[in-house]
Amino acid sequence: MGLESALGEGYITTKLDALIGWARKNSLWPMPMGLSCCAIELMSAGDPRHDISRYGMEVMRFSPRQSDVMIVAGTVTYKMAHVVRKIYDQMAEPRWVIAMGACASSGGMFRSYSVVQGIDQFLPVDVFTAGCPPRPENLFNALIELQKKVGTSSVLDYRDRKEPIILS
Amino acid sequence: MSETKPTAGDFFDLPVNTSHLPPKEKRSKLLQALLDMDPNLSFDDPLENDMVLNMGPSHPATHGVLRILLRLDGETIINAMPELGYLHRGYEKIAENETYHEFITHTDRLDYLQPLHNNVAYILAVEKLLGIEAPPRAQYIRTMLSELARVSSHLVAFGVMAMDVGAMTLLLWCFREREKIHDIFDIVVGARFTTSFTRIGGIAQDIQDDGIAAIKAFLDQFPERQNEGERLLNRNRIFFDRCRHTGVISGEEALAIGLTGPNLRASGVALDLRRDAPYLVYDQLDFDVITETEGDSLARYYVRLREMEESVKIIRQCLEKLPQGSVHAHEPKKVLPRKERIYTRMEELIHDFMIVNFGVNPPVGEVYHAVESAKGQLGFSIVSRGEGHPWRLKIRSPSFCNLQALPRLLKGHLLSDILAILGSLDPVMGEADK
Amino acid sequence: MNPVIEKVVHTLRERMGDAVEEVRVFRDDVIVVVDRSVVVEAATWLRDNDECPFPLCEDVFGIDAYTRTKRFEVNYHFFSLAQHVRIHLKVRVEEEDAQIPTITGVYPGAGWYERETYDMFGVTFTGHRDLRRVYMPEEFEYYPLRKDYPLMGIPGALPLPKRG
Repeated sequence: MGLESALGEGYITTKLDALIGWARKNSLWPMPMGLSCCAIELMSAGDPRHDISRYGMEVMRFSPRQSDVMIVAGTVTYKMAHVVRKIYDQMAEPRWVIAMGACASSGGMFRSYSVVQGIDQFLPVDVFTAGCPPRPENLFNALIELQKKVGTSSVLDYRDRKEPIILS
Repeated sequence: MSETKPTAGDFFDLPVNTSHLPPKEKRSKLLQALLDMDPNLSFDDPLENDMVLNMGPSHPATHGVLRILLRLDGETIINAMPELGYLHRGYEKIAENETYHEFITHTDRLDYLQPLHNNVAYILAVEKLLGIEAPPRAQYIRTMLSELARVSSHLVAFGVMAMDVGAMTLLLWCFREREKIHDIFDIVVGARFTTSFTRIGGIAQDIQDDGIAAIKAFLDQFPERQNEGERLLNRNRIFFDRCRHTGVISGEEALAIGLTGPNLRASGVALDLRRDAPYLVYDQLDFDVITETEGDSLARYYVRLREMEESVKIIRQCLEKLPQGSVHAHEPKKVLPRKERIYTRMEELIHDFMIVNFGVNPPVGEVYHAVESAKGQLGFSIVSRGEGHPWRLKIRSPSFCNLQALPRLLKGHLLSDILAILGSLDPVMGEADK
Repeated sequence: MNPVIEKVVHTLRERMGDAVEEVRVFRDDVIVVVDRSVVVEAATWLRDNDECPFPLCEDVFGIDAYTRTKRFEVNYHFFSLAQHVRIHLKVRVEEEDAQIPTITGVYPGAGWYERETYDMFGVTFTGHRDLRRVYMPEEFEYYPLRKDYPLMGIPGALPLPKRG
């Protein structure tokens, strides 16, 4: 429009936030923190029927340094919590966390001495997903919601502590 | 070994929080246990030094959250020490605080590759404790569906083992087949993955015609699909070279260390509880117990492949013989009544109230019942004191015991053989850690 | 009772004498309660006898009976491949003196089960080569499956990483 017509062909004007947010949200690499039953549904999400590649988020990286979003899939015990936190700390910023399933979100059905009652006790979580385990479609929903959140967050302060998204 | 020589522990400064330990103990017990296994090793020549490598608990090839501490000489494994407990969810404590019915849901998450089989195993133990038996139609449906669950579990073992040694395609193919089984469960059970299908004295609901049609359609195409997958591997030189003669264990050793299931049968011991201690309706069905003699990774792979064929055979027979009748035992004080009767009849309403609020109250006693699951012998020991919840419930999980053989199997192999061996053992950590 | 098992129990009684305290039968499961001093001997005989050998130790697990005397019980399951029958041994120990000789010398497969029993109940197995906790972290101080341990645990017993 106004400015672009003055600059000539080949230029667009936009906010840096919008551009970087767009780039970030379309190149999310998940780190599959597969712990228990949800990990099987996470694998199902990558199978030929559900095909996670449709959303541009299929590049599962088991190395935390190459990934952007950690999908905590399964029950986190107190013994495992230290490992999960260590892996999270190794991820490069900006980084996001999806709590997949009831166990990761709240301890779920495991109200016992060894299960952490929700990973938000030691990790900042961006999306909580319901289900025990969530169907692959539900995981995709979480990823899409996360994409929306990533696309609209500020570059300098990407973690401006918006309220986490709770999917039911 | 003289005392002046440095010990292996002096070379490793592990980042373990040792503030709570006495100052001399600078190492974790796990590391110490690994080092203790071979105390005669000396460290004169720096080039001969071995190293300690940590594998897991977050590693793509450990099938969950298994951690293995390895002691390596170059690439050769001198010793290995598995560490469990990263998924210890306290099932046995939870069971003591829940009624017998409530715990059915928890059994789904034990071996999460075959939830329905765990439901059946648990409910058979409870029924043994109560002294009741489900009607034949329910037993046939249980048999049929647990064999389907076995196929779905073996499919994952098959695909994941292939992926671990480098054949990615097969995993996707196996998951395609697994989705079809999930679809059947979706129709028959109402849930695709965590089924919670069994009830005391029966099953949640009867199987309908569309469920039977779905199973038949699956059976008709499955052998061909399995054959298609097999052809990718069974003549594959790379796969053979990696799996043959790796992780060899003899039959006697396997028994002594407590291996069960396909892992034991691959070593030539024909122990199959379906035939040896028949439960459900297996004594009326015709099937073979598959054994191999080599006891290596390849033998374990073959046993699983052939077992899938046997399962298909069993399901076909169940479909043919499936009797008519009720799927709930007539035990009003123990079996949950039908919902539509609760709303219309006083008697059923009272029974439902009592069963839901106070449990089924079995007699005082201790029972043990084991079934042959896809991983091995899955048993439940229940100690009852006549209350609505178990006094103690012990899960004899096959993966736990199968993993015990891991140090023995890994010894002397190369680092990359871990994948072939672990994939062929097929442990599930949800069950091993409980 | 299965005649094969009946014979085994009879012979066990003969060999062990008073150390066989009790034989319980419930739903065809035979539990032989023995004194802890003969558990290794009994296990060895069960494995090696000619009539009905039990080469597979299926399970070892503890029970907290929560009684004033003989608080802890440890059950052993053995399976016979030849006869396809099971026999269960039970050993009862006091809380103050919760020690049982290990049977890992007879059945190596019992090793992890004994570790698990130690982890969950604090029953120690004398002579076990590698008696560590198997599930809980090694700095954990309690025994979670004891009846006096609460279901939700004791706050602070297991540390969590800081959220930051």
